[in-house]
Amino acid sequence: MIRLTGINRTFQMGDQAVHALNHIDLSIASGEYVSVMGPSGSGKSTLLNIIGLLDRPDSGRYELDNRLITDLSENELAQIRREKIGFVFQSFHLIPRLTAAENIELPLILGGVPPEQRQTRVNDALQAFELQQRARHRPAELSGGQRQRVAIARATIMQPSVILADEPTGNLDHQTGAEVMLLLEALHHRGTTLIVVTHDRELGARAHRQIGMRDGRIMTDQSDDTH
Amino acid sequence: MTLTDTLQTSLKTVVNYRVRSLLIILAMALGVAAVVVLTAIGDGARNYVINQFSSIGTNLLVVLPGRAETSGSFLGAVLGQTPRDLTLKDAQLIGRLPQVRRYAPLNVGEAELSAANRLREVTVLGSNANLIPIRHMKLAQGSFMAAGTENSAQIVLGAKIAREFFPRTQAIGQRVRLGDSRFLVSGVLAAQGETMGFNTDEIVIIPIDFAQTMFNTTSLFRILIEAKSHSEIEPAKQAVLATLKQSHDGEEDTTVITQDAILATFDKILQALTLAVAGIAAISLIVAGILIMNVMLVAVSQRTAEIGLLKAIGATSGDIRRLFFAEAVWLSLTGAVLGFLLGQSGSLLLRLAFPQLPAWAPAWASIAGILVALATGVLASLFPANRAARLDAVKALGKK
Repeated sequence: MIRLTGINRTFQMGDQAVHALNHIDLSIASGEYVSVMGPSGSGKSTLLNIIGLLDRPDSGRYELDNRLITDLSENELAQIRREKIGFVFQSFHLIPRLTAAENIELPLILGGVPPEQRQTRVNDALQAFELQQRARHRPAELSGGQRQRVAIARATIMQPSVILADEPTGNLDHQTGAEVMLLLEALHHRGTTLIVVTHDRELGARAHRQIGMRDGRIMTDQSDDTH
Repeated sequence: MTLTDTLQTSLKTVVNYRVRSLLIILAMALGVAAVVVLTAIGDGARNYVINQFSSIGTNLLVVLPGRAETSGSFLGAVLGQTPRDLTLKDAQLIGRLPQVRRYAPLNVGEAELSAANRLREVTVLGSNANLIPIRHMKLAQGSFMAAGTENSAQIVLGAKIAREFFPRTQAIGQRVRLGDSRFLVSGVLAAQGETMGFNTDEIVIIPIDFAQTMFNTTSLFRILIEAKSHSEIEPAKQAVLATLKQSHDGEEDTTVITQDAILATFDKILQALTLAVAGIAAISLIVAGILIMNVMLVAVSQRTAEIGLLKAIGATSGDIRRLFFAEAVWLSLTGAVLGFLLGQSGSLLLRLAFPQLPAWAPAWASIAGILVALATGVLASLFPANRAARLDAVKALGKK
């Protein structure tokens, strides 16, 4: 359950103040599949960063699972990110010197999970994303689709309630992108809240709820009951 | 993030950046090795000098004619340019002092020694039987001024002299000519080699009375005194000075040098030298620390995107700080241990190459070297680790 009320975020670009988010009110229920669309500079990535607790709003209230986020400490935010939120990025953000398995293991290490448990959970994830043959390979030796599968495995290893995907198919060809979307949607089918930021209309149309943004404001918010 | 995981993760990073890590470790190791080897040389030199100086006697005091302080020139005292000489009577008075275990009057001169168709110039010491034990000399054979023979014309030959003159026969019992007098060889010194620039293998020793006759003098060159114990050295010095002042009509015209004081001075000078050398070597450790800081700063900017990612998947600022900190600890710890081993091997090689130099690095230097290496490494990493921890996650993620 995500509830944003009156969220503002301004960036200073030179001597000009850019209103990246302008008084945003938004509620997303648990288990929803939402796409956020808009041209670049519309504030969709900033919205995702604020929902993902990477950025703090200048003003406004943010409640996540009925907990007011806005005045938590850095360490508390890190803990919530670790336990409740999974990020999938356009450029994968895998650590190049670690193997696929080690990249997937990272959140477990940060969460202080004991090594024996880590091993089984990583193996399960490798199996679920059909990466067993690639476990010992470094990102440079993987295809784009495989890299994004590793990134999704990493994002889901802590079983978060929210997955935030920022242009998840932006660096992939059409075929691979479609496969990656199927994987993300499979997570949604198992009850995870899925929020996808994209400027690709076709991709955005797959979501049950489509939010259109421009100049830091929500312009459209459509729910599609046919899904 | 648990401590074990932090250490393991950072160790993995160190191993992954192989070349970079090796170079830092090498810099650190060379710094520590320099401290260890240089202090080993310094302390070795100190021990060498102290051993040499200790070997000439125990609780030793030396009386010289002349007074350094009143004459204003130490040279006068050394050359014996003083109106009142030291005499055998002075030596006997000193011998009666309660703080004095034994004394040996000393005259030194050169004379020609001839025997068995051989001839050479030798250094002649004139003294009494106590000279041998006071100066820590050893007789390989025979005796010198043994009880009942004090007044006979006897001579003790240095080991090399004995070998030169009597290569195939026993030296003891042979008659030799020294200057214009004839002496009976009563003893041969054990070979000791050179100590403090004085080679006892090439001297001869005769009774003081014969020496004074031979060199036509009544004054003594030195009086050597052995105090009863270490704590009696200073009282003995005062008593000797007082006795001589009385015997010299109230004039303080003698100088007493104690072995202890000279030893302490040498010790102090060489200790200071070792410290100075260690300090210079420690500068290289500071340089290595700055190198670590530089490399860690580069690492932070190289890994900015990675730091952003770690924050996105739930790393706290503390986790990031500790990861970079642990990385620096690994680098400096490995460097320090490697440097210690390198330094110890270097000292060992030195000892093998120069057996007379006891080049052992003092424990304080090794420990200080390692600690300074760790401290500079850790201090140097604080700033980069903090910078990494404070990075803004969104901006960091945006960086390629």
